[in-house]
Amino acid sequence: MADFSVLIGGKAGFGIDRAGFAIANILNQMGYCLYIYRDYPSIIRGGHTFSLVRAAARKIAAHKDRIDTLIALNQDAFSLHKDKLTRDAVVIYDSDSVNIENAPPASKTAGLPITKILKEENAPEIMRNSCVIGAFCKAAGISPEILEGEFRKDFPEGLDLNLKVARRGYDAVSEIYKIKAAGRKRLPIFTGNEATALGLVKGGLETYISYPMTPSSPILHYLAALADEFSLKVIHPESEISVMLMALGAAYCGEKAAVGTSGGGFCLMTEGLSFSAMAELPAVIVLGQRPGPSTGLPTYSAQTELHFALNAGQGEFPRLVIAPGDAEEAYYMAQVALNIAWKCQVPAIILTDKNLGEGVYSFDSGLIPDIKEDRPILWDRKSPYKRYSYAENGVSPLAFAPAKDNVIKINSYEHDELGLTTEDPAETEKMQAKRLSKEKYLRAECARYETVKTYGNKSARTAVICWGSNKGAAVEAAEELDLKVVQPLCLSPFPVSQVAEAIAGAEKLIAVESNATGQLVRLMNLHGLSVHKTILKYDGRPFSVEELVSELRKAMK
Amino acid sequence: MKELNTTAVNTWCPGCGNFAILTAMKSVLNSLAGEGLGLENVVLVSGIGCHAKIVDYINVNSFYSLHGRVFPPATAIKVARPGLKVIGHAGDGDAYGEGIEHLVFAAKRNVDITAIIHNNRVYGLTTGQYTPTSPLGYKGRSTPSGTKERPINPLDLMLSSGATFLARGTSHGLELLKKIFKEAILHKGFSLVDVLQVCVTYYNMYEYYDKRVYELKDHDPFDYDRAAKKIREWDYDKDAPIALGVFYKKAAPTFEEGFVKTGLSEIERREKLKALMQGAE
Repeated sequence: MADFSVLIGGKAGFGIDRAGFAIANILNQMGYCLYIYRDYPSIIRGGHTFSLVRAAARKIAAHKDRIDTLIALNQDAFSLHKDKLTRDAVVIYDSDSVNIENAPPASKTAGLPITKILKEENAPEIMRNSCVIGAFCKAAGISPEILEGEFRKDFPEGLDLNLKVARRGYDAVSEIYKIKAAGRKRLPIFTGNEATALGLVKGGLETYISYPMTPSSPILHYLAALADEFSLKVIHPESEISVMLMALGAAYCGEKAAVGTSGGGFCLMTEGLSFSAMAELPAVIVLGQRPGPSTGLPTYSAQTELHFALNAGQGEFPRLVIAPGDAEEAYYMAQVALNIAWKCQVPAIILTDKNLGEGVYSFDSGLIPDIKEDRPILWDRKSPYKRYSYAENGVSPLAFAPAKDNVIKINSYEHDELGLTTEDPAETEKMQAKRLSKEKYLRAECARYETVKTYGNKSARTAVICWGSNKGAAVEAAEELDLKVVQPLCLSPFPVSQVAEAIAGAEKLIAVESNATGQLVRLMNLHGLSVHKTILKYDGRPFSVEELVSELRKAMK
Repeated sequence: MKELNTTAVNTWCPGCGNFAILTAMKSVLNSLAGEGLGLENVVLVSGIGCHAKIVDYINVNSFYSLHGRVFPPATAIKVARPGLKVIGHAGDGDAYGEGIEHLVFAAKRNVDITAIIHNNRVYGLTTGQYTPTSPLGYKGRSTPSGTKERPINPLDLMLSSGATFLARGTSHGLELLKKIFKEAILHKGFSLVDVLQVCVTYYNMYEYYDKRVYELKDHDPFDYDRAAKKIREWDYDKDAPIALGVFYKKAAPTFEEGFVKTGLSEIERREKLKALMQGAE
């Protein structure tokens, strides 16, 4: 089955990321499913940046180490990746700046003088990418019509010059191999962040508030660009403290709001998170985890904030914590988060990371159930309104200002049914119990959706348990080793019996996590579930399929 | 006149300057109701501190927020429902200390909300520490030998931040307070009233203020330079005459006006999403 990877690398400022997307779009036009791993340092110019575009004739959600085609715009791009080249790899490189000594003996190489071409065309440095996209198409036997179509669609600014430079690149090399059309139905291509944003919109989002922070800022940018068309209010305020409090102000008015951040920003949001629980104002928080502690590695990935998300905020309160594993799940879970936050009037945290958020996926909406926007429980207008009226499921009906002859009072202090401050012991106990009682309703609401997924050989003696963005690599690695994979999507309330059922029958359970201490393992232990082995990776980079296969082999011994 | 009382028992100290603010607020709300404003359209937002109890004492919609966090939710409420009258109450520790960034940004955005600052220049509820507007050398429980820092002049800060209505009142001048509150609430844009409200328990300044305050007369609030001069006459530190009244007023576009809201039905949203997602193929 067709399955190959193209790596394009160079300095930041060469347009590497955009070139990766362009190559993916071209392969998409040819009917391939895509996954792009984008690796870049936290700088604006210089450094080494690369995109690894993997194409296959079926859905994929992970990268492989093996490189079939390397496009090197600088020496690093060749030197740092040449060891991963397949025996008969194709290397396309800038002959003005890259020395390809020690390329694999059977590899086929095609150099083109990019600096010279740009100079002759009087083109800016950023058009290096256009030049190599052209060269790639020629080397891979892709028609000039497909190449031109891609530029017309995705490079509208400076189109003529871009096309000219791409054509020069096309003409500068000869055809080396032929990528055949895969013939699959074309799927849209989205990053995990875009899929999350689209899921929020589908779920009824009205307001998105965020302070820029990698890896979640692309959600802010994407929704800001969609704001007018979708009648969204997108606000970038002074700090994450303000972000969270603004979200609660919007929720007070009945506006479905979401916020996005990373760990450092989430630290500032925790007082607002706890307020959300106390005031019973729904809030959805997209938390893009990073390698930490502190600023950590801003543009790299990790699963370090599970327990932070589970425990953040003073006081005791129920919350929803969910972790989608790919773009479809991100789209789906964003809707689930909005639905549940509003139905149960609780804070909901969507845990993502850079691999998921900035990873690029072929998106198949057919793989996920269509869910409708739930209506929250609303005041019946019959009796005088009490914002915190006691109810069997703990959820007091909502009303929003203006409500004639009624008042809507929310409070961060302990309060009575009317929302007035109280320090009365009996009232305090009753109101705290009311908030906690929502956990039962929250569990029931979660159970309406898939909270634990399994993949692979369901009767295998060894099972792998993973969460979040490790899903893609885990599913493929397990397939190769004929194992079962269990993926809890919901982490709070933890679906204990569903997880227990999913891992039942496996004699050996191996946890795979991108952190240094095994946070899911700790959560499972807390609920009386244990794993036999743990594979941890905390260098900021995602597991490749090959790497995980090798780690699992060791763990199975 | 409606009582606007709730069932909450008032726990301010006898003689507290907050009573004047409460009375003035109720009177202004009644006056606005008399002019046709349905009080269901009013939302009070408060921080945490003695001032904040005001939302428990007035029977209108309220958002009892966190310490320092009055203006972010007040801003969001106004953006979400521009038809609501949003009135933020905050203490001086609240607005000028912990939440000063939010205050600066609310003024910078010129969001159409009102900020009423209960400025007693002392932390009352936490029992008598200095605040951002306490004078140099103020001896409080956290600064027993006197503060080593000068106060800020909040009106000066607000003027340079872009506020479009700035006024000062005292808790010993109820009629003026009512007048200023009403004008501030009716002003379109970010309005701030700094109320020299006296804490009888920890920092009783009644006598001090009574000797120094005077009401602005023949002052043109639309003149920025004159407003700045009057605002800088007293720096909240050294002895000087203390002007009361409206210092500054300006007509300017407001933040919430910048949001286009057409309203999208669920079906329309689905259709638009479908088109967007197909476009990415």
